[in-house]
Amino acid sequence: METAIDMANAKEIRTQIKSIRSTQKITKAMEMVAASKMRKVQTRMAASRPYAEKMRKVISHLAKANPEYRHPFMLEREVKRVGFIIIATDRGLCGGLNVNLFKTAILALRDWRGKHAEADFCVLGAKAIAFFRRVGGKVLAQATHLGDTPHVNDLVGTVKVMLDAYRAGEVDRVFLVNNVFVNTMSQKPSVIQLLPIQGIEDPELQAHWDYIYEPEARELLDSVLTRFVESQVYQGVVENVACEQAARMVAMKSASDNAGDLINSLQLAYNKARQASITKELAEIVGGAAAV
Amino acid sequence: MTFHVDIVSAEHEIFSGSAQMVFAPAEMGELGITPRHAPLLTRLKPGSVRVKTDADEQVFFVSGGILEIQPHVVTVLSDTAVRARDIDEAAALEAKRRAEEALANQTAEVDIVRAQTELAEALARLRTLEHIRKTLGGH
Repeated sequence: METAIDMANAKEIRTQIKSIRSTQKITKAMEMVAASKMRKVQTRMAASRPYAEKMRKVISHLAKANPEYRHPFMLEREVKRVGFIIIATDRGLCGGLNVNLFKTAILALRDWRGKHAEADFCVLGAKAIAFFRRVGGKVLAQATHLGDTPHVNDLVGTVKVMLDAYRAGEVDRVFLVNNVFVNTMSQKPSVIQLLPIQGIEDPELQAHWDYIYEPEARELLDSVLTRFVESQVYQGVVENVACEQAARMVAMKSASDNAGDLINSLQLAYNKARQASITKELAEIVGGAAAV
Repeated sequence: MTFHVDIVSAEHEIFSGSAQMVFAPAEMGELGITPRHAPLLTRLKPGSVRVKTDADEQVFFVSGGILEIQPHVVTVLSDTAVRARDIDEAAALEAKRRAEEALANQTAEVDIVRAQTELAEALARLRTLEHIRKTLGGH
């Protein structure tokens, strides 16, 4: 009777090992996919940097110039309501990447609530939408499934909703919340202020000149500053994709390692159970023979 | 005499180098830019930007964008697609609609994910029950 239990036990352990092994195969494959994708997204991240830099330079020239017209995007005003653009991933299985990001966002939000300012959100990524549905919060616009090769065009609508809210005076400050790629092992959630545009200084230029604007400054500045914000958000999205792949790679690696450890200890248990059943069988036979 | 020219789009760098003259399709008409041009900021129409370097002339298509001229640097911030007020407007409306839909629609993808995890949990619980019943019944 007991022998039968040992055998059943051994069989059960064997199926368990089999199922863990197939999980390990999946996590290993995901790890490798993430590793190969990461190289690509890193080059993409580098490729989008020159635009952001040049844009920043133009904006700094603008801030230093002496224009006849100041755009609302460059003017501070009293804060009654704030806007957050939050960039998360579409898929899970990337460790604590999204959770850490949401924690940071909630902290920033609490901070503003303390100053009696409510918040509106524009969210990118399915995980962010799921989060805000659970937590609650006024989501103005969203975009998901930007993929591993995001395009600026896919963001234009979502960003515009937030910019329109700012223009209409519905929000008085706009923040971008996303993960910043430090290196493969480390991704840091960050909150930066998008609007009003601040803190861009270029000491090289003197403040006694102005551009020739074609067409007039008002309209032109609007396109320049809109593109500036879009490029910041795009940079954030590309960076977040790099973070996602890096985080997934690390998470899947540790999952594969854990599965390996588990398999080893189960294998040991299996061997013991098998040995025990054989020993017992022998003992029974010997006992039976002695009784005769 | 040459000056520095950068042509970039949000998704990648297109050209960076020195040139003798640049032609660009500005909104108010084609511009020919030589070194020491006055500072100028303008929007570009879809068209081609021609860069005349010492050796040859290179042509790049842009679908609109911004042109900034400083006396010794010309920067073309190219758009990645044709932009127009009504197209942007449509994109914004679409983004809003998605947000409303996702918040109203309870059968969206994220809920399926949650349902799947709950199902997996329930199955695991059933398996444990069955296992307990079997081991107890075996005696």
